[in-house]
Amino acid sequence: MRLLSILGASLVVVSVAAPARAEDKPRESAKKHVEFGISVAQKGLWREAIYRWEQAAKIDPNYPAAYNDLAVAYEHEGQFDKARKAYEKALELEPENQLIRQNYELFKEINDRTNRRGSR
Amino acid sequence: MTARTAAAVASLALALTVSACSNFYEVPIETPIQPKMDVTPFQRVLIAGFLAGGSEDVDANLETVRLLRSQLRSKSSLRVIDADVLPLLELANEQRADKGPDTGAPAGSGSNGSGSNGSGSNGGGSNGGGSNGGGSGSNGSTTAGGASASQAPAAPAATAGAKNAPKPGEAQHIRDEKDLQPLEGIFANVDFWKKIGEEYQNPLIVTGSVLFTAHARSGFVQREQEVIDQVGRRRVVPVRTYMERKGFILQPKFIFIDGRTGTTIYSESYKEEVLYSPQQATPALSSYFELMDRLVPSFLSTLSSQKIKGSRILMK
Repeated sequence: MRLLSILGASLVVVSVAAPARAEDKPRESAKKHVEFGISVAQKGLWREAIYRWEQAAKIDPNYPAAYNDLAVAYEHEGQFDKARKAYEKALELEPENQLIRQNYELFKEINDRTNRRGSR
Repeated sequence: MTARTAAAVASLALALTVSACSNFYEVPIETPIQPKMDVTPFQRVLIAGFLAGGSEDVDANLETVRLLRSQLRSKSSLRVIDADVLPLLELANEQRADKGPDTGAPAGSGSNGSGSNGSGSNGGGSNGGGSNGGGSGSNGSTTAGGASASQAPAAPAATAGAKNAPKPGEAQHIRDEKDLQPLEGIFANVDFWKKIGEEYQNPLIVTGSVLFTAHARSGFVQREQEVIDQVGRRRVVPVRTYMERKGFILQPKFIFIDGRTGTTIYSESYKEEVLYSPQQATPALSSYFELMDRLVPSFLSTLSSQKIKGSRILMK
């Protein structure tokens, strides 16, 4: 019982302390938006997720995850030009990231197929 | 109590650790693909009929009309018009004959074709009954455009295009693209399509040509063969064997015509082929559907938006 109360107290301390630090560092603040964006995207609220990830990219323009997630959301919304730019920005920031590359390859496959069919 | 508490703490710690460590999440997404054509001016679609040829085992005109209508009914917001299938081959031949010994150039709008086109359209209406008759028959009927009393006499065989023109009282059988070419002028006959459009309250008209031909190809084919090695282990090895395979080629060209003006607004062509090993006896009609199955999603994406399901990784 005592152990539980200690754990609870420490969790409270961590959660209270976190926002203070987040305001100090743009990456931490941006990460909060990214995480919130992920949680709403998982519930299907993609427009809210886009807003959050756009905020994250604005706060920390060098945050690859924000651009990757934005690209996925744009793709889901059918905004292919924006998706391509966001993927390219994410890869520019982190060229070796295989997850971003994989997303981008899948995106390109669909996009290229659509363009190919359209040009017949 | 202490043990239970410890277990709870451990599982909570584990959950916190896992969530802290997992920096990516796989999410399902549905990528919307916009239709290639703007169909907003239309509420209705008429799959009119096709210039069909090739294998005589499949009535490619009738089957294509049926298939596309049923697909559009379930996968498009457009209302599909139920109408007699146009015997387009007969109509194209009539129009060609009315034009005289031409090279098969497209019939001009409002030119000598307009009067005869009107009668052609009427003829199409009456011929539609014949086409329906074909529809009630088996799938294995002959290609569209069978012998017809209304068949116009053939134009003098003065040109390459006229070479394939039907003789009086005889249906022209379309074997390849060359046979189709002189008849394709019907698609540019604005008056003809406008008249059909008026008849069905200005829908989007889908027409075109469908060539379904048998073909054979011989050559080396790589296949996998199971072998047992010296120690008795089973292995699968690629083996190249010479094979004579038979199959079919499907070459449809879909033409989308504005029923209000009679003009072509979009067209697309496809070519799909399937080959079978000599042991397989696949009926022509099965092959036809197998090949059409590959094309239908692309055809549908011309008229209605599609969603491609997939998954992507979100990162923290």
